[in-house]
Amino acid sequence: MTSAIEVRDLVVDRGRRRVLHGIGCSVPAGSVVGLLGPSGSGKTTLIRAIVGVQIVKSGTVTVLGEPAGSAALRRTVGYVTQAPSVYADLTVRENARYFASLYGLSAAAADRAIADVGLADAAGQLVGNLSGGQRSRASLGCAMIGKPRLLVLDEPTVGQDPVLRADLWAKFHALAAEGTTLLVSSHVMDEAGRCDRLLLIREGRLIGDDSPAAIRAATGTDDLEAAFLHLIRDSEQVAA
Amino acid sequence: MSLRITFSTTGRILRQLRHDRRTVGLLIAVPALLLTLLYFMFDNAGSTFDRIALVMLGVFPFVIMFLVTSIAMLRERTTGTLERLLTTPLGKLDLLFGYGLAFGLAAAVQATVAVAAAFLLLGLDTAGNVGLVVLIAVVNAVLGVALGLFCSAFARTEFQAVQFLPVVVIPQLLLCGLFVPRAQMAGWLQAVADVMPLSYAVEALAQVGAHPDPTTTMWRGLTVVAGAAIIALVLAAATLRRRTP
Repeated sequence: MTSAIEVRDLVVDRGRRRVLHGIGCSVPAGSVVGLLGPSGSGKTTLIRAIVGVQIVKSGTVTVLGEPAGSAALRRTVGYVTQAPSVYADLTVRENARYFASLYGLSAAAADRAIADVGLADAAGQLVGNLSGGQRSRASLGCAMIGKPRLLVLDEPTVGQDPVLRADLWAKFHALAAEGTTLLVSSHVMDEAGRCDRLLLIREGRLIGDDSPAAIRAATGTDDLEAAFLHLIRDSEQVAA
Repeated sequence: MSLRITFSTTGRILRQLRHDRRTVGLLIAVPALLLTLLYFMFDNAGSTFDRIALVMLGVFPFVIMFLVTSIAMLRERTTGTLERLLTTPLGKLDLLFGYGLAFGLAAAVQATVAVAAAFLLLGLDTAGNVGLVVLIAVVNAVLGVALGLFCSAFARTEFQAVQFLPVVVIPQLLLCGLFVPRAQMAGWLQAVADVMPLSYAVEALAQVGAHPDPTTTMWRGLTVVAGAAIIALVLAAATLRRRTP
């Protein structure tokens, strides 16, 4: 299987603090990969490096065969930041149509993306008047418009109701079945089981990179939360 | 740079403005109201109103658009929309010229209302064409937008952004020839005034006030202001970084 993302020896400093300590991983194309770790572990920094907006100290990030942040990738990589980055003083529809226009796509493509994230009924509402969950779906919808080959989503399911969350994950897998690669970060372990593959990150270091089944088997537990704990203890013993 | 993306960015900014009716109301009404205030202040002072009102028609759009743009651009940065936009096919100049065009159009409406109020209701009189006054006001507004976009790069919060008004705008206002004719200022102050774009705008407006036909000095002044606006926009593009720490 070819890889959509290749990260090698990635080191990132933010301010005087080292946030990523030589991360290396690869994300297979056409899969849903979960980037799991506690808040402050470096998930967002890794994601920013992958979409090419993070200044990196050393190491390489290759996305769809190009260096991260290349001009060619701006049409093929969709990015949803953690805080919903849509215009609060525009309606959902106006937001979607603006982002569609950046890719040269029609208003119809924008309307389809709104329906895909379950906001068809709220399309005429100002984003500023939506609930937090609706707002992050509006942000997600805007990233899906361009039919990107890689979708990078930073905690897209936070604050969503359980039914919608299940819908979104079904949508992610449907996109993956069509060949899109998805990298989805989360700090909620119960979402880990929904991924094809997991990257577990803690304090800027990768402590697990495998399928959920393999991680369960290797750590001898069915519970991914417990498996994560197991991996943390292992990594601390190695360090000590 | 892509014209399609620039224009759709302009449309987006104007749509944002349209949803904010109070801002639109303030943008359109405030300059005309301030001119009315000037009118009553200089009720018995002969031609002073004509001189000052004409300068103010150029100053208001500059100040107001500087402020509005600094805050708008800061919002793009703090809400994460800028980071997102820079991962799309949008070019830096698409965004900046999109802003220049959108607020330039808003300034055209604002200037038309202010000029109409000044000439029709307040009896302002110029030797030259009224259309030239509107043109200079709009170019001034674009200068305000361009400087606002540039300065917002150096502000991390709204508090800081607002502080750039006294730093960038007020010195230009003091030295532009409104309070003391430039020729009467100390040599070094004249030299400072000579590198401030607003001085040239005020000079161009004074030319429209005094001469029935557009003069070379007026066109020169207008060209300097437009050139300064373009330079500020290009500098602003240089401050927009796709990669940040």
